[in-house]
Formats: sequence, structure tokens, C-alpha cells
Amino acid sequence: MLSKSVLVDLTRCTGCKACQTACKQWNDLPATFPEFDNNLTFPSKTDGNTYTIVEHRVTEKDGQDVMRFAKTQCLHCLEPACVSACFAKALQKTPEGPIVYYSNLCVGCRYCMLACPFGVPKFEWDEVFPLIAKCQYCFDPNGKYDRVGHGQQPACVDTCPNGTLIFGEREDMLKEAWQRINGDAKYVKHVYGEKEAGGTNWLYISDVPFEAFGFRTNITEKPLPEYTHEYLKWTPPLIATWGGLLTLMYFYTKRRSDVAKDDSKDIGV
Amino acid sequence: MAAQKWSFKMTPVRMVMLALAALAVAIAIYRLATGLGTTTNLNDQWPWGLWIGFDVLTGVALAGGGYSTALLVHIMHINKFNVIARSAMLTSMLGYLLVMVGLFLDIGQWFNFWRPFVSWGYHSVLFEVFWCVSLYTMIQVIEFGEIATEKVAKSWHKPIKRIMPVLLILGVLLPTMHQSSLGGLYIIEVGKLHPLWWSPLIPLFFMMSSFFVGPAMVTIETTLAGKALGHHVENSILRSLVRIAGSLMVIYLALRIIDLANRSALGYVFAGGLESNMFLLEMVAGVIIPIIIAFSPWSASRSGLVTFGVLTASGVVINRMNVVFTGMYQALGPGYFPSWMEWAVTIGLVCGAVLAYLFIAENFNILGNHEEHEPA
Ligand code: SF4
Ligand code: SF4
Repeated sequence: MLSKSVLVDLTRCTGCKACQTACKQWNDLPATFPEFDNNLTFPSKTDGNTYTIVEHRVTEKDGQDVMRFAKTQCLHCLEPACVSACFAKALQKTPEGPIVYYSNLCVGCRYCMLACPFGVPKFEWDEVFPLIAKCQYCFDPNGKYDRVGHGQQPACVDTCPNGTLIFGEREDMLKEAWQRINGDAKYVKHVYGEKEAGGTNWLYISDVPFEAFGFRTNITEKPLPEYTHEYLKWTPPLIATWGGLLTLMYFYTKRRSDVAKDDSKDIGV
Repeated sequence: MAAQKWSFKMTPVRMVMLALAALAVAIAIYRLATGLGTTTNLNDQWPWGLWIGFDVLTGVALAGGGYSTALLVHIMHINKFNVIARSAMLTSMLGYLLVMVGLFLDIGQWFNFWRPFVSWGYHSVLFEVFWCVSLYTMIQVIEFGEIATEKVAKSWHKPIKRIMPVLLILGVLLPTMHQSSLGGLYIIEVGKLHPLWWSPLIPLFFMMSSFFVGPAMVTIETTLAGKALGHHVENSILRSLVRIAGSLMVIYLALRIIDLANRSALGYVFAGGLESNMFLLEMVAGVIIPIIIAFSPWSASRSGLVTFGVLTASGVVINRMNVVFTGMYQALGPGYFPSWMEWAVTIGLVCGAVLAYLFIAENFNILGNHEEHEPA
């Protein structure tokens, strides 16, 4: 299946946050006055006005303290839990790969926030009519924020001065990722996003364990929508059998109790 | 029939409840006008809180008395339970109206609440919940119409009576579906919801518990109504109802243990810590002890019946709270406690529902049985 991916090589990231700034600028997202948290991370988490952040972490590598940085945002799952959870179709998967949010359809129930295995969707809590906020992959076919639809790279990829982010077909990105891992012993032997939650379109490689950035590494490899489907597929047969059974019971026992009532008038109570 | 007369006695307790309900209305308006950030402590880590956890998830379960009674009385025609049918269904209807209000207050884009009726996200469990709960609430209101039209708009009584069988059958079918789907919502929390509660069978567990909490609620309710409204239901009738619940609870208990064993999660039960303790509380106080009471001689007395009712209902409340909060704690971390306004709305809504119950019970034929006769 063709789908557009970004490969993030964390060993190349210098933590400059150019991508984070580019995202804010491209998407007209308001900025706030910095209050650093977790070393030099700001804001400490993505939020209603921030689709992506660069996490700054001090961790240990070969007995030495090292600084490492990880850009985080929506991973654009191949089989997204958020899309399967949205009961209003406000989140949809596009054939190109990006998972796009249509705010006019959103009810604001926030089930998508609970469904996403990576805790990505955020909410504009300060608004009277809050909406969901998450990376749109610079994909906005009929709107003004489109880049990928025009054949361009996402704003963050375009801005990165270090080649940390590269954009291309998922197959090629995966091949490139494993080539780098196999060609250099410093890498952890894991492409984060290759299998997590059934696979994602953002792929990460790193020379320190992904846990250092708080990435969830115990995520099931089975796509999350399948879990739900295994339950929901029982709905139609259940409605048919239970509904039929109730109808039968209704008429059968009603007749029986009517007959009984005729026999002795005071059976009612 | 006597001429229309409306009465509502004001007592000090009712005044307090009225004040609390009024406060909830004021806060609700404030919330709708200013947003969720100003009124609730919800945040990006904890997108669902007290309103979804208690008002909606627990509210729907406790209102389960409506469909379990409807199944016994109207579908299986076990006539001895007639005396409780109307009050159980009234509680259920008010419960669901309360749930709808709670939901409406909780959604961010409340003017968009109707969207899923036209934009079908049918792959979502929430979609099934949304459709079933709305339809069922509507059906209950029409069912109540059968009672209401004995007194007002009498010309509607006959047509409503004619479609009652359809309503009654749907009125058991729909709740069976959405009671289980409320549990189904949490299937997608795989890996996040603690293994003591996450299970592919969680829909079945939610459905069964919503069913057996019905008799528990009926017991509590008829005892309260017996005091307040002079309505008396014989212990023997309640006892056989409680025993039906008790039998179901035995199956429920067995299934939950087997399920834990199948997922090799039995070890968590006695592992200590918040999750294990809350799980034990839920199962021992809310399931095992009530089962013992139901099948012991104590359940012949009113105190035994009421203890059964209170314990079982608390057990279901704890179960829902465990799923929404305790079980998600490790995954989401600390960072949420309901604000005073969230509490005030929840408490005020419940008070409003109780007042509505009292008003309706005092003005319509609720507590008499199904046969035509004047209210006691
Ligand atoms: S990472 Fe989360 S928000 Fe992004 S597509 Fe996957 S499930 Fe949806
Ligand atoms: S908050 Fe909006 S986008 Fe998220 S599941 Fe609800 S309706 Fe869908």
C-alpha cells in the first residue's frame, strides 16, 4: 500500500525546535511565553495550540550522560484508533496516509483522546466551543494549510536543518531505517512505528532506548480498530436473535397468563 | 376519573433538594456559556471525568432497573412483579433523562450534538451507544405517555396502548445493546485499562451488572417510597426478585474469575496496591456478600433486602468508577479531581430527578399496580 511516511532519525536531531516553530507558523497556531519544563522542553506537552514539540531529555549512553531530543506529534497510524472511535466521522483517514480532522463534524466528546494509543489528540480547553487539535500532516486538500496535497513536504520536514526528518513512501522509509540500523552498531534495533498499533506513518530510529522519551513500547501490534470490530460485529446477529426471542416470549407468556387469568380471576397480584 | 388535581407537598428536605437542583441549573448555564475549562478540572490527560464516569456510565447502569423489570413483567409476564413495574420504569426514564443532560453538558460542541445522526461513524462503539440511548430515552418517554394519558391528554391513551407491545420489546432490546456497549467503549483501551478490568468480555460484564442492579435499585426505591409515600410492597415479592438477581450474580462472579484466569490476570487480585484493593472491594462488598444475603434467611426481612440493595448498587457504582478512574490511573497518571462545580452539577441533577420522581409519583398512578384503580 502506498502511503507517505516520515523517517525521524533521532541521532541527527540537535533539539533546535525549528520544526516546532515552523508548525506553529504554517498552521497559524498561537504561541505562548516560554516556561521550560523537563530540561529545555517547552511546552512540556502538545496541547490545543501545539501539534508538535521537541522533547529534550538527559539520559545515559555507554556510562555517560548524553542529551537527546525527540520530536513528537500524531504518528498517523495505518489503522488509526482515533478514526475508529469517532462516532461522527470527524476524523478520517485519507488514501495518501494522513489522518485528518474535520472540525465541523466534531461533537467534542473526546473519545478519540482516550482511544489513541499514543495520547495524541488534545483539546482546546480554554475555548467556549473547544475543538480537537492534532497534527494534520500538512494535508488540507481544500483549505489553506495544504502542503502535502500539493506535492510538497510537511512544514517541519522542510525546515529541519539537520536532515533528521525525511519524507517519502513508507516502504522506502522503512528500508532506509533498517539500512541505517544495520550499518551502525550505535542504533537500537527497533524502528518505532513499524509495528506499533499495526504500524504508523511516522517512523523513529534512535541510539538510546525509546523509553527515554516516554514512548510507550508495550503497545499491541494488532491494530486497535480490530479489537472493537470483534465486538461490534456481533451487533446485528444479536439484535436479530435477542429481538426475535423477546417477541416470542412476549406473545407466548402473554397468552399463558391470559389463559391463567380466565381460569382464576385473582391471579394478577 | 377525578378531575385533574396537582399536588406537591413542600418539606424542608425537598426545599434543600430544590435549592441544589437550582444551583446545578445555574452552573449548567454558566458552563454552556463559558466552556469546559472554566467549570471542570478536565484536562488533556483526563478527558473524561465525573460527568461521563458517574452521570453517564453509572447513571445508565443504575437505571437498568427499568429494562430488567420490563423483561420480567412485560415480556415474561410474571404477574406478581406488576406492583413494582411502573415505579421501576419511572426511575429508569428519569435516570436516562439525567444521562442525556449530563452528556449534553459534557460535549464541547453541544450545538453539534445531533451530528452522529447524520454523519455515521458506525465503526465506533460510541455510535451504537448514542443511537440506542437516544432511541431508548424516547421510547421510555412514550411508554410513560401511557401512564400520563390516564390523567392528561386522554385521547392519546388508546393509540399509545396499541403500540405498547412494540415499545416494550424495543424497550428491552435497546438497553441490552447499549448497556453492553458502554463496556465496549473500553475495549479500545487495551494496554491502558488495568487487566483487572480490561477484557474482551467487558461488554458482557457491563450488561449483566446493569441487569442485576435492577432488583437492587427496586428494593431501595420501594423502601424509600414506602416511607415517603405510604407505598408497600410485600417482602416476598422483593425477595424473589432479589433471588433472580442473586443467581445472575453467581454466574457473573464465576465468569469474571474464569476470564481473569484465562488472561493470566488472577495474580493481580492479591497483588496489593490501589487496583487490587479497589477490585477486592468491588467484588467482595458488591457481589459476594450480596449473593450470600440473597440466599440466606436474612433476605426474608426488609433489613436484609435493603442491605442487599445498597451493597449491590454500591458495587456497580464502584465497578464503573474503577473502570473510568482506578483502572486508568496507571496509564493516565495523577492530575484529575472533579471541581466543586462538577460535583454540584452531579448532585443537583440527582436531586432534580428525585424531585421529579416524587412529583410524578404523587400525581400519577405509579405506585398502584398495572390494573386500573385509583392511586392509594
Ligand atoms: S497517533 Fe493517535 S491521533 Fe494519530 S492517527 Fe494514530 S490514533 Fe489517531
Ligand atoms: S471529540 Fe470530535 S473528533 Fe474526537 S471522537 Fe468525539 S466527535 Fe470525533
